[in-house]
Amino acid sequence: MSDLGFLFLSAVFVENMPLTLFLGLCTFLALSKRPATAVGLGVAMIGVMGITVPLNQLIYTYVLAPGAWAWADQPELDLSYLSLLAFIGVIAATVQLLEMLIDRFFPKIYAAFGVFLPLLTVQCAILAGSLFMVERRYDIGESLVYGLGSGTGFALAVILLSAIRARLAYADLPDGLRGLGITFMLAGLMSLGFSAFAQMVAL
Amino acid sequence: MAASGRIWNTLTEPLIRQNPVTLQVLGICSALAVTTSLDIALTMAVSLTVVIVLSAGFVSLIRRHIPDAIRLIVQIIIVASLVIIIDQFLQAYLFDISQRLSVFVSLITTNCLVLGRTESFARSNPPLPSMVDALGNGLGYSLILIIIGAVRELFGMGSLLGISVLPTIDEGGWYTPLSLMLLAPSAFFLLGGLVWAIRSVQSEQVEVAEFDPIDDAEERR
Repeated sequence: MSDLGFLFLSAVFVENMPLTLFLGLCTFLALSKRPATAVGLGVAMIGVMGITVPLNQLIYTYVLAPGAWAWADQPELDLSYLSLLAFIGVIAATVQLLEMLIDRFFPKIYAAFGVFLPLLTVQCAILAGSLFMVERRYDIGESLVYGLGSGTGFALAVILLSAIRARLAYADLPDGLRGLGITFMLAGLMSLGFSAFAQMVAL
Repeated sequence: MAASGRIWNTLTEPLIRQNPVTLQVLGICSALAVTTSLDIALTMAVSLTVVIVLSAGFVSLIRRHIPDAIRLIVQIIIVASLVIIIDQFLQAYLFDISQRLSVFVSLITTNCLVLGRTESFARSNPPLPSMVDALGNGLGYSLILIIIGAVRELFGMGSLLGISVLPTIDEGGWYTPLSLMLLAPSAFFLLGGLVWAIRSVQSEQVEVAEFDPIDDAEERR
């Protein structure tokens, strides 16, 4: 249990998706102008990553991994080169399904999410979650914790950044730095702060 | 003449003026993650350019046959198949580099730059201009990657492409490596600075201020 707790903390702080691994930066930068949208994006990320990483773990272990077809007299069959296609398909399908379900049962939340849900299909952080899961050979429980953890890390980072940017609207910046430039600098400073967490969890 | 001029424009426009990374904010993830040294940045730049040109070509070829509702899935599958080929190729011939790139080659699939160009340009243009546009964007992306990769490797390790340029103290030289350059934050600072530099020269790229104190005083209710 404490191992899973460590994994969660390390996914949130030490391996923070946008700030230390540079994943999901496009949405991180583009949708962090207002805290309200950032919260919506963060919640969507936690949900989607919490679902897709364990789901892809199951698909990988039982269909794609080398030796997964041993029960069918195909011990040498190795479909792992197909994992990219499978993962993308699962993510796209999950996002689509989630969108339909939320639209059907929670129309208010759906209206709040707006365009973010479909956009998550092409979010590198989500795909990377699944790819790291394969690279580090997580089992199903670890995948669930890792997915939720890295989703939470992303949510935390994007909400913090949006709060700073909201304050920054009143700052008098050099022309060339306004908007994208200063956002990069801010992300750099935040990333500097997050690198202090590197020693926090010793796995 | 006019046609070739237009193609030339499509090619050169994304290099600086419409640069995908610094202006369109596309494909930033990999631009920052793989730039700790120049050889990795170069491999990534070449892989991405190949993928983007080919996928723009294919998407553009079948653009009239893709139903609108499922076009994103179709585009992603085309891109993912190309990425798998590149990934297998790198693992076969450049194993060391492919190990250091780890998941980032696979992540070209979800690189917003590739999908952004197929979605906004290749989907509505014939193959040749689409591929030229993709090449231009790929080169613009490569340019940023190479600049940042070179700066980080030079100041972080005192070398370029593994060849020692600034002799470090460990090797008996005079240069103390700036280890911050190899860490995540420096990539953000460098890219921020680069955006600042480009926008200082190309003043039309400057973003409009969200808040103007004079306007605000009049509009406050």
